[in-house]
Amino acid sequence: MRAPAPAYAANDGVIEAAKAALGDALLYTEESVGEVSILVARERLIEVMIALRDTPGLEYQQLMEIAGVDYLDREDRFDVCYHLLSLTRNHRIRVRVMTNEVKPVPSLTDIWPVAGWLEREVYDMYGVLFDGNMDLRRILTDYGFRGHPQRRDFPLSGYVELRYSEEAKRVVYEPVKLAQDFRTFDFMSPWEGAEYILPGDEKAKLPEEKGAPTPLNADEIVRANANTTPKAVLTDPKTSDSTAQTGIGKDSPHAGPRPVNPDVIPGKGPN
Amino acid sequence: MIDETATISPETGDVAIENYTINFGPQHPAAHGVLRLVMELDGEIVERLDPHIGLLHRGTEKLIEHKTYLQALPYFDRLDYCSPLCMEHSYVLAIEKLLDLEVPIRAQYLRVFFAELTRISNHMLNLGSHMMDVGAMTPNLWLFEIREDCLNFFERVSGARMHSAYFRPGGVHQDTPLKLLTDIADWLDTRLPRLFEDAISLVADNRIFKQRNVDIAVVSREDAIKWGFSGPMIRGAGIAWDLRKSQPYDVYAKMKFDVPVGTRGDCYDRFMVRVEEVRQSVRIMKQCLNEMPEGPIASLDRKVVPPKRAEMKRSMEALIHHFKLYTEGFHVPAGEVYVATESPKGEFGVYLVSDGTNKPYRCKIRPTAFSHLQAMDFMSRGHMLADTTAILGSLDIVFGECDR
Repeated sequence: MRAPAPAYAANDGVIEAAKAALGDALLYTEESVGEVSILVARERLIEVMIALRDTPGLEYQQLMEIAGVDYLDREDRFDVCYHLLSLTRNHRIRVRVMTNEVKPVPSLTDIWPVAGWLEREVYDMYGVLFDGNMDLRRILTDYGFRGHPQRRDFPLSGYVELRYSEEAKRVVYEPVKLAQDFRTFDFMSPWEGAEYILPGDEKAKLPEEKGAPTPLNADEIVRANANTTPKAVLTDPKTSDSTAQTGIGKDSPHAGPRPVNPDVIPGKGPN
Repeated sequence: MIDETATISPETGDVAIENYTINFGPQHPAAHGVLRLVMELDGEIVERLDPHIGLLHRGTEKLIEHKTYLQALPYFDRLDYCSPLCMEHSYVLAIEKLLDLEVPIRAQYLRVFFAELTRISNHMLNLGSHMMDVGAMTPNLWLFEIREDCLNFFERVSGARMHSAYFRPGGVHQDTPLKLLTDIADWLDTRLPRLFEDAISLVADNRIFKQRNVDIAVVSREDAIKWGFSGPMIRGAGIAWDLRKSQPYDVYAKMKFDVPVGTRGDCYDRFMVRVEEVRQSVRIMKQCLNEMPEGPIASLDRKVVPPKRAEMKRSMEALIHHFKLYTEGFHVPAGEVYVATESPKGEFGVYLVSDGTNKPYRCKIRPTAFSHLQAMDFMSRGHMLADTTAILGSLDIVFGECDR
């Protein structure tokens, strides 16, 4: 490795030790860019983590990070990546499980209490459910937010924007209105198989008439971005008229079943 | 009969005292930003504490997915705005690891040098505000003098006081003027130790300061490991764990410095660990100044690092590279890395997933504050309400990083 990245203990023998300790719970191992990552069966995550923590030769004492990744075209679209650190062996490993919107991942809060907030964040951002996390509330987004913003099909601008309304004397939610379309450029060269219609090319396919070409009306023109993903349409837009219409507190249409009432602290009632 | 006497009856003058819940923040000078704490108190004793975060959530990770690798860099300055260069450090190291890019030795020295300057400026703010939270006003003003000097140095090297965007994939943005390095050397020898040691001498052995900090929020080694502590928090609990030492990056392997550890794991220990880290940072910076070689300050790989302006005046190829790198950016080979560096607050990690295009597929930022703030619940239990500010000060939380 030529890059001056953090250097920790060598990966030699880690995969073999993991195979011996985990048995058939281990589905796939990979060593790339100097990092070891393993894919394990979701249902057996807890025993895998206990084995990784307690087996001599593995000894990953600390859970540093839980990261969700969304691969939209996969059946189990979400990866949940656990980054473990061994203080004694000075080594890092990545443990990953696959899941989707409805299959719950076993919670690690009994093994590492730090998992509580980390799982809440993955739930908030992706909607992955964690079975056994007693406090699975939203953490980073607004109170009453709907949707899971880190999913690949969630638009960058979101669905609602808020401002202080002088008339209502409070903050109001409104559907997002962009003064200018969000500009994304793809840098695919036309010689390498770009799949879009260059502006003007759409006329080539239309039948030619005698004399001056008939001007097209707006419906006939295929826009260059016609077959890209359509803009998400908000079915029930939030308006600023009253709190009843802002939708605060309602479930997202995309959200799975809520595990526990998420804005209620156990035993304390709504706060 | 026993039950009846045990119940409270208003006639006999008993007063029913129930636990009550108070709301602290989000706008509170001791909250170090926008933190909302819902505290359940029994009298003045904290029974339970529930931090509500996310009030500064700006969707940084989502935005990064829509930017090229270079365009995403300035977002890192805006995470922990008290130690911006250390945030960039993890990110550029992650990109370089995916690219397998060699970085010139002078660039590595410059990065370590300015990362340590950042550590000093971060600790000045944290130590000062910790002191002020427990009632010491004067030292904070002195430490802000040092912080102001640091910000002036950042301005002289990068053009910006806080959001420097100085570290770049492949090296740093610009070389430093020699006068800046000599000025910093003078500052390290004279002004910094004088101001810093004076300010610390006011509180380190002060009776009131010790009464407010010693034996407050004691964290055992086991708890520190279970709760994912890192940085001064885990060292305060007595575990000598420093990523600069154990997993050295850039030229930290060549640096000689000591890792301070605490003995009791209380707020005072964490405070003193940070104080000692400032002194060790000065040591590292002096070594950098002594050993830093001449040479290029960024990789010469023109497919990653854009050429300098003067080169573009003479070379057509340089002009093309410049244009391509500032529009399309560079493509990073598919793969995933988790790179963690020792930021002043602890382990700051970047989990970068690349799909081979010019934009990150996923960039997960591991904030230090997440595990530390989460632990505040068990650290505060059984302590007085006034101690929560001391505990919060010793955690060193910045919400730009916590909420992202």
